[in-house]
Amino acid sequence: MIPGAFDYHSPRSLEEALSLLQQHAGEAKILAGGQSLIPAMRFRLAMPSILIDINRLDDLRYVEERGDHLAIGAMTREHALEDSSVVCSAYPLLHDTALVIADPLVRNQATVGGNIAHADPANDHPATMLAYNATVVAKGPKGERTIAIDDFFTGLFENAMADDEILTEIRIPKPGANSGGAYTKLERKVGDYAISAAAVQLRLDGAKVAAARIGLTNVSAVPMRAKAAEAELVGKSISDSVLEAAGKAAAGECDPSPDLRGGVDYKRDMTRVMVKRSIQQAVVRAQGGK
Amino acid sequence: MSEHEVTLTINGESVTRSVEARTLLVHFIREDLSLTGTHIGCDTTSCGACTVLLNGKPVKSCTVFAVQAEGAAVETIEGVAAGGELHPLQEGFWEKHGLQCGYCTPGMIMTAKHFLEKNPNPSEDEIRHGISGNLCRCTGYNKIVEAIQYASQKLQADAGGE
Repeated sequence: MIPGAFDYHSPRSLEEALSLLQQHAGEAKILAGGQSLIPAMRFRLAMPSILIDINRLDDLRYVEERGDHLAIGAMTREHALEDSSVVCSAYPLLHDTALVIADPLVRNQATVGGNIAHADPANDHPATMLAYNATVVAKGPKGERTIAIDDFFTGLFENAMADDEILTEIRIPKPGANSGGAYTKLERKVGDYAISAAAVQLRLDGAKVAAARIGLTNVSAVPMRAKAAEAELVGKSISDSVLEAAGKAAAGECDPSPDLRGGVDYKRDMTRVMVKRSIQQAVVRAQGGK
Repeated sequence: MSEHEVTLTINGESVTRSVEARTLLVHFIREDLSLTGTHIGCDTTSCGACTVLLNGKPVKSCTVFAVQAEGAAVETIEGVAAGGELHPLQEGFWEKHGLQCGYCTPGMIMTAKHFLEKNPNPSEDEIRHGISGNLCRCTGYNKIVEAIQYASQKLQADAGGE
């Protein structure tokens, strides 16, 4: 399958990319890793008339702690998260996620920024970033601004950035002491989208959960937080009944669509299971386990 | 619609061609360069039959535009047998019957080549994880895993012998 014709630009700097984007606002599409966009173009589900390829912007590739957060350059390839020692040691929720995005070949090309900017509820990073309470940095002609992840996803494949802005960085707050996180994904096979998946990041105060955020994958039209499930956890000690209540709350508040991966009841029930497993794992990690 | 001159290195040799922006790297390799060892399987970024090394990393060449490979080093299955001698991976697929129809084999070998460079002595689980982006519909993977184990041992013996 051959994509529709388009004009191609390969800017060598962010400024050049922004100026091209401003010049062609509304017509141009940014090409990051292309692992979602190019398949969509081959199916002619997407037919942009202009592509601005930002793969030459090597300045946008980094994963490092800066001050109170982990900074991830938008053009960081997914495989770099898998291999990053800081991600591996201090951001287990992110590391879990990086290992199950698509497949190893796709991860060599796919980018973190592209995964998020695409705003696909079936992608794995949105749930993870919601659980981390991340911040998105966008640059446009008027300069740079930050967008809280809770405000970023505005619709199916829609985000809060303007047509002339480029996502440049994602910031994850450094998890404090006694924090832990986990991502659990149910998939039919490697490379498929999740049937359901749950990202959990929590902090313990003694035996009690002091704070918790939960993101869900592919069980809603817009990437969502499971706020009712979070409420079942906060202030409580983890027990079988608290886990079950949180899982059930998530199953109730998600809004999956039936498709070849299963019906609504099945997906809700698997959401319950994924949420419970992620909470359990997050608690183990918050207590210093693996 | 834009036309672009692309210069890249393919299996060590520099080539320059004019391509439409929408030309996929796999079509460029097969049709413009007549290197048909790289296969098109699913055409939906699922199967990995089109895997090539782009600047040393295995990617699905059906999901990269040729114009993006400007200045890059691309390696395909045709470049693997240095000096006409089978690479230990090719030998492993031969010795261990790592293929039946052979359609997925070039992609498997390109993926495994990078994988063994990164992880010369992998466990079976690590091999299975490493090739999880390449689908084989014939073998059930056991023989492919054995072929990669064979190559891993041979490469390590060769490295130890120097």
